[in-house]
Amino acid sequence: MIGRRWYTPWLFLAPSLLLLGVFLWWPVLNTTALAFTDTHTLRGGGFTGLDNLRRIMSDSFFWNALRNSLFFTIIVVPALTVLPLLLAILASAKLKGMTFFRVVFFSPVVASMVVAALIWGWMLRSDGLLNFVLERIGIINEPVRWLSDPSLVMISVAVVTIWKGLGYYMVIYIAGLQNIPKDLYEAAELDGAGPIRRFWSVTVPLIRPTMFLVGTLTALNAIKVFTEAFVLTGGGPNRASETLVLYIYQRGFSGLELGYASAMSLVLFVVVLGLTLIAQIWTRRRANP
Amino acid sequence: MSAIPTTPPVDPVEAGSDPRRGATVDPSANQRARHRRVLGVAGRYVLLILVLFISVGPFLWQISTSLKGPEENIFAFPPTLIPESPTLNNYLAVMDSLPLGTYLLNSAYVSIGAVIGNCLFGAMAGYALARMRFRGREGLFAMMIATLVIPFEVIMISVFLVTRDLGLINTLTGALLPVALTVLSIFIMRQAFVSLHPEIEEAARVDGAGEWQLFWKVAMPSARGSLAVVAIFSFMAAWDDFLWPLIVLRDASKFTLTVGLVFLDGQFSADQRLIAAGTIIAIIPVLALFIALQKQFFRGVGQAAVKG
Repeated sequence: MIGRRWYTPWLFLAPSLLLLGVFLWWPVLNTTALAFTDTHTLRGGGFTGLDNLRRIMSDSFFWNALRNSLFFTIIVVPALTVLPLLLAILASAKLKGMTFFRVVFFSPVVASMVVAALIWGWMLRSDGLLNFVLERIGIINEPVRWLSDPSLVMISVAVVTIWKGLGYYMVIYIAGLQNIPKDLYEAAELDGAGPIRRFWSVTVPLIRPTMFLVGTLTALNAIKVFTEAFVLTGGGPNRASETLVLYIYQRGFSGLELGYASAMSLVLFVVVLGLTLIAQIWTRRRANP
Repeated sequence: MSAIPTTPPVDPVEAGSDPRRGATVDPSANQRARHRRVLGVAGRYVLLILVLFISVGPFLWQISTSLKGPEENIFAFPPTLIPESPTLNNYLAVMDSLPLGTYLLNSAYVSIGAVIGNCLFGAMAGYALARMRFRGREGLFAMMIATLVIPFEVIMISVFLVTRDLGLINTLTGALLPVALTVLSIFIMRQAFVSLHPEIEEAARVDGAGEWQLFWKVAMPSARGSLAVVAIFSFMAAWDDFLWPLIVLRDASKFTLTVGLVFLDGQFSADQRLIAAGTIIAIIPVLALFIALQKQFFRGVGQAAVKG
């Protein structure tokens, strides 16, 4: 460390500090400040204390949106924690053509979420392909209104998210499975353990840290759901798929209520923080017993 | 599809060479065990092909729709996967009515900009944090950790306001700058440089290399793996991004591909054939990139999980 001038580190840091300062740190401070104002894009605004918080408490659309996002998270997290693990085990077999299968399973990941939502929007129509296939194999008797039935629409949105996410988390699990020592499986087999027994006694305990990681990642992504709902339904029918970020977006950019939208953003942050804390506590307690 | 063997070969490791069983059990039981193995392998392939259809089916249906002519009923019941008279007219029509080429270039601009920004600036900052001692380093690092968990969605209103004040609304630069660097990239690069051997650096220093040369010629090449991770993640994130471009871009000529496709969906909601053609055009470049770099993609996603 000889011969270095005092400002050398800051030269290396300068572009980052500039970008993070302008597009991360300042917005964080500004969001916090705006949350306590009634700022409006056109007429400006001033400090209003906790008025926004009071308004949130009595805003039934807000609670509807929060409920939709939480419901979505509750569907997506278990599905994207378990299904990709099973898929990873399937795709870890030393069989011919496995690279081909992995590439195909991953392909929905590289198609953007907008593309995934447009493709599924076409299939999820009442007269769409999915209803036809399900009717043909006898699962349903009459067309399901995937996108227009308020009690189903959030599940349909989740289906798209799960379809697009499967391959991504599969790759994470494949990396995790490779770290499990082979001789553990051989020892279990010697002891007469069948494939299911081996899964529960060897794979699950050793893959558990990865499962907690995937669970945390999926939860933090799911609570921010926007694109799928925006493209598939625009939040409809009758706000049945309006998610929290969608509602904040509409209040902020269509309603021009920057102050109120910022206050709701802070609530979103508290929810994210809460999920992070739950995940950490849970991971610490259960992941490495 | 032709890559799937019709008669799956038995895994040589699993089958046959099992002295523990073969020695003590009679031949017929041995044969039964082999039968079970073959069935197991066949079962695996059945499951794999089933998942294959779930992954690929939606794409195939989209391709099929995009190839159907105006006289063919796309709502036909039962649906037809193979178009009666395949036509590329929908592709020509969608290219004609929408500047999809421009959207592709706009998306490429933002995505490549994000890759360069995250790799270069992330590495520079990560290098300073990992290899240099200076006053305020711990505090700066703590501030980065503290803001790592803040999602873009929480601050999007204020990011919009800053971008507006900078006069960057409705510009591609405005679409790029907020995604040009993430704290996560700095973290990954810092991790890579922390584990660098000091001896190599010292040797280069004795040879008279300056700080920038040390960084560029010694540290960067040894962090190639982490750079690939950062590059792939920032590319996928920027290419996939919809919310921010939707907020910041106004004119149809400035749209990235994701915003352009949704705009197309609104414009042509009557003709699904055109939307299908548009989505297929949108998928092809990034799918080609993925297939060309599949090993890096898989290694990147796997490594990121281990590092996280």
